[in-house]
Amino acid sequence: MGLVDVEMQAALDQPLLSVTGLTKRYGARIGCGDVSFELFPGEVMGIVGESGSGKSTLLSCLAGHLVPDQGQVTYAGRDVLAMAETERRRLSRTEWAYVHQNPRDGLRMGVSAGGNVGERLMAVGARHYGSIRETATDWLGRVEIAADRIDDRPSAFSGGMQQRLQIARNLVTGPRLVFMDEPTGGLDVSVQARLLDLLRGLVRDMGLSVIIVTHDLAVVRLLADRLMVMKGGRVVEQGLTDQVLDDPQDAYTQLLVSSVLQV
Amino acid sequence: MIEISNLSKTFTLHNQGGVVIPVMAGASLRIAAGECVGLTGQSGAGKSTLMRMVYGNYLTAGGSLVVAGVDVARASPREIIALRRSTLGYVSQFLRVVPRVATVDVVAEPLLQLGRPLGQARARAEELLSRLNIPQRLWSLSPTTFSGGEQQRVNIARGFAHGFPVLLLDEPTASLDAVNREVVLSLIEEAKARGAAILGIFHDEGARARVCDRLVDVTGFTPGLAA
Repeated sequence: MGLVDVEMQAALDQPLLSVTGLTKRYGARIGCGDVSFELFPGEVMGIVGESGSGKSTLLSCLAGHLVPDQGQVTYAGRDVLAMAETERRRLSRTEWAYVHQNPRDGLRMGVSAGGNVGERLMAVGARHYGSIRETATDWLGRVEIAADRIDDRPSAFSGGMQQRLQIARNLVTGPRLVFMDEPTGGLDVSVQARLLDLLRGLVRDMGLSVIIVTHDLAVVRLLADRLMVMKGGRVVEQGLTDQVLDDPQDAYTQLLVSSVLQV
Repeated sequence: MIEISNLSKTFTLHNQGGVVIPVMAGASLRIAAGECVGLTGQSGAGKSTLMRMVYGNYLTAGGSLVVAGVDVARASPREIIALRRSTLGYVSQFLRVVPRVATVDVVAEPLLQLGRPLGQARARAEELLSRLNIPQRLWSLSPTTFSGGEQQRVNIARGFAHGFPVLLLDEPTASLDAVNREVVLSLIEEAKARGAAILGIFHDEGARARVCDRLVDVTGFTPGLAA
């Protein structure tokens, strides 16, 4: 093993994200309470729970869209909550990405597909038009959008294409940590399958760490290594995805798993 | 490679009056490299339960369960993921895949997870698919529409793509014709020859007699059933 390999291995053995005692209240009500976990490089963690369980609040706190009341979030050894706003913004443009459920929330609808992807590159300092367009075209290809659609606006795209474009826009800068909020939520089942395959390939090839919020247990089974189950703002169970789904320990998880219709 | 001692398991059904069902107690078993052990016992005695515990799919209530130096009963999810990626393979009875992914890629996936180059992974996948008599015209299609026997062979190809040091096989020959059964038995024999430790469930008595070095009746580990 060379020195670089040793250093890389050491980096893989450190959690990329450590969360301790994270709590967010909305007045007297708990949004999410006392959440703790570690996420390692290359790991995909799913968060499931019904509406109002606190999973989206947790994701927003982690991604810096909401300020938690208590707790600690450490990213690559840095205290995220103590960071200056400018530093945190730079992090969320470069090393983090956020995929919204509704692609309209993550895309600029008035800008061409190529522009949506290129804009992100320019935000991190790319200036050469030719190479920006080349990278954008390459990424559109990776998410299976034909090169001749590069100048079309997202409003002319189907829902599935818009979601793939949002993913390209988010991943083009080579992030290490991706937050996803119901990424397959509004899509037809056949389109979901293609998107899942695409995400799996990207996670594997780019070594991404992902936190994915969903209510779809089939999606987490296929995509997530680990699973966290939330109810009423609390984590009721967490573990290896197939273990939590096949041998659930908590009463709520048992109910959730047994309520899924078999097809 | 597999060392199980005094292993126990209970299921607690919280939504059915909190019933606690003890399903296993005092299970002990050792499997060395190059050895194949077959689990026997009537349906419901706990053969699949034990196998799922070894894979980390079911939690254990007590005892220890060491696979290639990792105590699966106490390991973190991350350690189990790493163990499954490189060391511990599992051929279940059911194929579970992302719909619309080509068969050849389904089979190549475990090698890609290990960072093998795409070309090499696909070549190995194609070699196994031909050996298991999956017609080449099906390789680019998703296996979700295949027949039961074809799906089972795709699952077997996937399980044998990487030379796992420890393999769990749940009824690998169940719905196969004589020709393909023979291919699967040869694959198992080759895995043993390269030193793999194998734990399997085989209802097929001929297959059991041919590949198993020992049989373990799980009835002895079933509370209420043991004599």
